[in-house]
Amino acid sequence: MTGRRRTRGFLAVGLLAALLVAGVGSFYASSHPDGLEYVAGKTGFLDTQDESAASDSPLADYQTKGVGDARLSGGIAGVSGTLAVLAIAGGLFWVLRRRDDEPAEES
Amino acid sequence: MHVPDGFLDAPTSLATGAVAVVGVAAALRGARRELDDRTAPVAGLVATFVFAGQMMNFPVGAGTSGHLLGGALAAVLAGPWTAVLCVSVVLLVQALFIADGGITALGTNITLMALVGVGVGWLVFCLMRAVLPKRLTSVPLAAGIAAFVSVPAAAAVFTLLFAVGGVAPIDTATVLTAMLGWHVVIGLGEAVITGLVVGSVVAVRPDLVYGARPLIGARTLEIRPAVTR
Repeated sequence: MTGRRRTRGFLAVGLLAALLVAGVGSFYASSHPDGLEYVAGKTGFLDTQDESAASDSPLADYQTKGVGDARLSGGIAGVSGTLAVLAIAGGLFWVLRRRDDEPAEES
Repeated sequence: MHVPDGFLDAPTSLATGAVAVVGVAAALRGARRELDDRTAPVAGLVATFVFAGQMMNFPVGAGTSGHLLGGALAAVLAGPWTAVLCVSVVLLVQALFIADGGITALGTNITLMALVGVGVGWLVFCLMRAVLPKRLTSVPLAAGIAAFVSVPAAAAVFTLLFAVGGVAPIDTATVLTAMLGWHVVIGLGEAVITGLVVGSVVAVRPDLVYGARPLIGARTLEIRPAVTR
């Protein structure tokens, strides 16, 4: 049981770290184009890019629509995205997992 | 490295879409062997952390930045099949909600970052783990080297796709040189982040690190009396 409680503590600290990075740290991230974007610009294929169908999303480009403050806008988007990934991935893995009473060799 | 819509033509995007579907389907089967009651929540956290990590663009000079891809990191922490799913979920959320990476390019991005990134990362990690001393301290180092190699590998595969289906008629060698050059530098950042994160987890909970398990088996038996109260 101790092991399970320790794992819960580990998960809590990990989640907090992820939320802090996405919600607060990301404000200080470099805003320069990334490697691919830069190379596309330099070698001349950046303008073949089409606008994403999701560009009207309320969280497009890691900014929250309607929130003026850049720090808050990016923070809300980062935290929302983080929680969305947690819900989808966490749910998926919980469904896929081998149950404890199931022998490991099966499947 | 998120490819937007439009860089690659429709046939290429369809082809990478098919590759992504096959890869994710295989990962859905394979991940069952890696996930149990204890590791499933940790794997969910790994995906979450990869998403957060990908937001932290770090400068690599000349007005360019790079960010964590996370394939090697996720593979070492959660296992390779689970890692493919971790990165794919991150890319799905980014494409649908954040417009980071195109929607028609989702298959391309899954192929590059989830399949190539995780696949190359895991292979290099296993190779390094076999070569390096059989100690837990080798795990972060092996993970860092794997992470380093995985980034230019993904960049090279992008260039290959661009050579086949790039919409703009640009010399492949030019694109390859530029892509590899920058992504070797970005790979260094990937290596540092991956090494530090894996090192931290190995330090506190080595039993939760998938890639460390072969090294733990013998050790756990040795020290069990000391840990159990």
